[in-house]
Amino acid sequence: MAKRTLVETTINNETVELLCEPRQSLLEVLRDELHMTGTKEGCMTGDCGACTILVDGRPVCSCLMLGVEAQGHKLETIEGLANGTELHPLQQKFLENAALQCGICTPGFLMSAKALLDKIPRPTEADVRYHLAGNLCRCTGYDKIVRAVLEAARENG
Amino acid sequence: MHAIQYEAPTSLEQALGILAKHGEKARPLCGGTDILIQLRAGTRQPDYVVDVKRIPALTGIKFDAKSGLRLGAAVSCIEIFEDQTMRRHYPGLVEAAHLIGSLQIQSRASVGGNLCNGSPAADTTPALIALGATARLAGPKGERQVKVEDFVLSPGRTVIQPGELLVELLIPVPARHAADAYLRFIPRNEMDIAVVGVGASITLDGDKCTAARIALGAVAPTPLYAAKASQALIGKKFDAAAIENAAKLAIEQASPIDDMRGTAEFRRHLVGVLTRRTLERAAERARRN
Amino acid sequence: MAASKTPGSHKYRVVGTRPIRPDGIDKVTGRALYGADYYFPGMLFGKVLRSPYPHARIKSIKFDQALKLPGVRAVVTADDLPEADRKPQQMGEQQVSPYYLSWNVLARGKVLYDGHPIAAVAATSPHIAEEALKLIEVEYEQLEPVMTVEQAMKPGAPILIDELRNPEDGPDQPTNVATHLQFKRGDLEAGFATADHIIEREFQTATVHQGYIEPHASVGLWNPDGHATVYTCTQGSFSVRTLATKVLGMPEGNLKVVPSEIGGGFGGKTTIYCEPVALLLAKKTGHPVKVTMSRTEVLRATGPTSGIKERVKIGATKEGRITAAQVWMAYEAGAFPGSPMAPGAMTVITSYDIPNLLIDGYDVVVNRPKACAYRAPGATAAAFGAETVLDELAEKIGIDPLDFRIMNGAREGTAQPFGPVFKRIGFIETCEAMKKSEHYQSKLTGPYRGRGVAAGFWFNAGFQSSASVYLNQDGTASVVTGSVDVGGSRASMAMIAAEVLGLDFDEVRPVVADTDSIGYTDVTAGSRVTFATGMAVYNAAQDIVRQLKERAGQLWECTPEDVEYDNSLLRTRADVLQPQQMTLKELAARFIRTGGPVVGRASVSTGGAGAGPAFAVACIDVEVDPDTGKVQILRATVAQDVGTAIHPSYVEGQIQGGTAQGIGWALNEEYVYDSKGILRNSGLLDYRMPTCLDLPELETILVEVPNPIHPLGVRGVGEVSIVPPPAAVANAIYRATGVRMRVLPMSPPRLLKALLQHRNGQEGQAAAGR
Repeated sequence: MAKRTLVETTINNETVELLCEPRQSLLEVLRDELHMTGTKEGCMTGDCGACTILVDGRPVCSCLMLGVEAQGHKLETIEGLANGTELHPLQQKFLENAALQCGICTPGFLMSAKALLDKIPRPTEADVRYHLAGNLCRCTGYDKIVRAVLEAARENG
Repeated sequence: MHAIQYEAPTSLEQALGILAKHGEKARPLCGGTDILIQLRAGTRQPDYVVDVKRIPALTGIKFDAKSGLRLGAAVSCIEIFEDQTMRRHYPGLVEAAHLIGSLQIQSRASVGGNLCNGSPAADTTPALIALGATARLAGPKGERQVKVEDFVLSPGRTVIQPGELLVELLIPVPARHAADAYLRFIPRNEMDIAVVGVGASITLDGDKCTAARIALGAVAPTPLYAAKASQALIGKKFDAAAIENAAKLAIEQASPIDDMRGTAEFRRHLVGVLTRRTLERAAERARRN
Repeated sequence: MAASKTPGSHKYRVVGTRPIRPDGIDKVTGRALYGADYYFPGMLFGKVLRSPYPHARIKSIKFDQALKLPGVRAVVTADDLPEADRKPQQMGEQQVSPYYLSWNVLARGKVLYDGHPIAAVAATSPHIAEEALKLIEVEYEQLEPVMTVEQAMKPGAPILIDELRNPEDGPDQPTNVATHLQFKRGDLEAGFATADHIIEREFQTATVHQGYIEPHASVGLWNPDGHATVYTCTQGSFSVRTLATKVLGMPEGNLKVVPSEIGGGFGGKTTIYCEPVALLLAKKTGHPVKVTMSRTEVLRATGPTSGIKERVKIGATKEGRITAAQVWMAYEAGAFPGSPMAPGAMTVITSYDIPNLLIDGYDVVVNRPKACAYRAPGATAAAFGAETVLDELAEKIGIDPLDFRIMNGAREGTAQPFGPVFKRIGFIETCEAMKKSEHYQSKLTGPYRGRGVAAGFWFNAGFQSSASVYLNQDGTASVVTGSVDVGGSRASMAMIAAEVLGLDFDEVRPVVADTDSIGYTDVTAGSRVTFATGMAVYNAAQDIVRQLKERAGQLWECTPEDVEYDNSLLRTRADVLQPQQMTLKELAARFIRTGGPVVGRASVSTGGAGAGPAFAVACIDVEVDPDTGKVQILRATVAQDVGTAIHPSYVEGQIQGGTAQGIGWALNEEYVYDSKGILRNSGLLDYRMPTCLDLPELETILVEVPNPIHPLGVRGVGEVSIVPPPAAVANAIYRATGVRMRVLPMSPPRLLKALLQHRNGQEGQAAAGR
């Protein structure tokens, strides 16, 4: 077994200390070490966005970041999107608008959409499509996802 | 992926020390958006990856109205996009940085990393060449500077020697009535690698072109400075005929290949189309400056 | 909660509303467990070694070095599998040869495509397992690859499967052609003789992948008593049970299959890949073993659907009546027989009433991954040719393309090319709905812009389903089915039960059970779940109602026939008895005194294909960049005959999803093999599925023509919308540019070449787009 490194990071506002191998991606660390399986693997090449999390507020493909690079950074994952039992408006709107079918891409979309609304609270449809272009969905044709994000933004502001 | 060691130096000296110690076995890690994929595919197999994102000398954007821009090699594409100075003075480079992959990729990827990866299809490299950018390298034997058009030697290979590190990119101040632009062609509207990319910077004096640099991506083993096409514009009236002539010369310089992203024939055609469009876009900006 | 009713008005209380799906909350919070999300104590990670060659004999496999790597626990190859039965067998709804299936799971003797599995390793971490793969030495004898149907059908072509024969070539002739199918009607020559216009064209489509975002993943657990469990992302837990036990040579009842949440399938998860490998490694190590695929493995070795060669000839009178049609098609089966050629042949011109026809289809093996079902399997590629020729004919005749389709369209009583006569269908209504739509009526202006329409047909499947409904003591219910929920079907199951039982949607909890916990149920495929499993749920809920009447009869000392049930209220028939009434909740509280819990059960066998024929019509506007050949989709509307829409949001979602996939198929998606037969674009960077910047808003028109053979009028809705878009886009490109594209995908290099040739006056060649 290759040597493991101690990493101290913040995940969903909690300080986490973990051990991982340098070759493990942050995605693998979240899933295989912490069993936080809400973040999904779709491609491991940064092309599908299913593993999107926020690092210091910015959307990142966790498959293209090493676990050891998380040292000292602030991570947000799908597991921290709801406030306790209260859903984030994006989660609520995804449900109401049937913006998911199989749901595998949903955590990634929600995190990308959160990064968008944190930056641009009242986005246009073009803004939404641009900010979600790094997330592939094969089920919905995106229509209901875009509507859900726009509706969440409307009700937020 | 094979087992690797990870180092995260916090100063240039420390980084150079680590790189010197491990030589060819080490490779800098910046955004990781290329190298992690290469590590998994086994196309690069360093034993040590040296994370350069914690080195202050590599992470700043410094603009001076006289000496120009010093762009840290590790500055992420999204930081470039959000920087007002960059947007004002180097819109072409900004648009190139903002075309790379998705926002998720842009949050990590850097212009320096894009250059060091050595891909002929790198989006920001033609934009840098168009701006006449120079790369500042530090290494065990001290510093040196290399013009960006001379930086990439072949696909995946650059002038960087073992132990060396790209510190920053030096970009001159744009002249009055000068501007740059970058356009690429991809089959989808997002996410793809450039089938062809064209960067251009143009300086206009009335309707006369006083300076021009055109650079091409994905049409040769390395990103190209299109010297003939650029020089043909200088000192001439900047009109449709001049643009057409530059496009023709750019096509002549391109030596593309057939691959899954496009045929050589298709790429040559696109060089003409994109050279025209990029020049027009740069000129439109230049007139406003 | 959105509670708007479906566009069509009907008599239902719950059906047609848009409640929030019950499993949604787990999916927006990251709690839902998909195939790769299971972790068990002591679990090992499995990885698969794959062939780097498309066609080769395996001379030897040595893995002793791999076993010596610390952390490696086992290596398996085809030698660990029993010799499988060579005779094709009916397994669930599909004909499968266990021999080919086993060969595809782990190659025996020969590899037949780039990515064909050869061996698998179990180790304590995925990285160690990967390193171990590099230590396995395989000696190959490379053979000439056969990549296209033309190559494979040529006399003297290299043979993929030595023992493959077909009846036409006889028992002594090795061949790559597995099947030739033919449908005939009337007198073809006489039909063409009466035509005023005849168009005959040749088409080609690319191999494409289903593109589900979740890679395949399975966890195998093996008990010392020979019983085993597999957690897996599949469209059909029962078919996994049948197929995996056949490959592993174990009794079917010894395997429990637990379906995980599934991250998309579109047909691609109707067979087995990781399941037997995970079980084999679990058996060998005594540990749970998780086998997951990378995206590259998914693209190299699963899925795809066939690229085809197609020739279409259709004749019509100058008034617009189609007199004859001839279609010739050859489908890439991939490495083993079994392309969707037959459904392609059964759908290609089935939307139309054509008196004289001849359809020939060929199923041809090539050195590509074994084709798997993909949304309306076979129909999209076939319709590309037929619907393009129809567009050309309509133009020649000078008739609106929708009017042309309406004039010749299939209706109730029309015989399908393969025999059966249509019952009540909605093709004409669907065409008319599109014709009346704001989109079709609107003007499209601007240079290089064009509008295209096309239609599609899919029969939809029936097959077998089971359902149980359990009534709780508080009057709520749970509904248990064996149908994996790939796109919101749990909501529909709960809605159907709530409708029958008179409960609110929120009072019914739907559950997808494992293979030990519910009766046999066929795959979630063929648009069959809401139809067939919905029918089982409907019947199981009716079974509850029957029992409630019995219980009330006991209490009221009357016969069940004297009890009425309406909207969760039981009462005596006013004409025969003293009025008595009781709510379901009141009765539920008294189950203990009336015979115990009430359990409703039902199973259905609803026949094969043709359980609820569905039609779709697409109208797509494009803009072409004449300098680059790039196509932008400006607007897209699909009208579809959906029967009764149980949950309209998810019906719309199915239509939108199919449309998006059809557009991807039209424009950019394709497998690119190099001259050596190696897949060049085995990642999502260069296998280009549409992003949300590539698509406009996707408009849907739900045409609700109830299915006469379903108690609620349900038709399958999942597949047919993928069929028309490629032809609709091609027809739109023609109107935008004057160029007819007859090769998919209509990617920028291909379209630009055609545009340049067209400008130079070489229309004939340009049309082929080669």
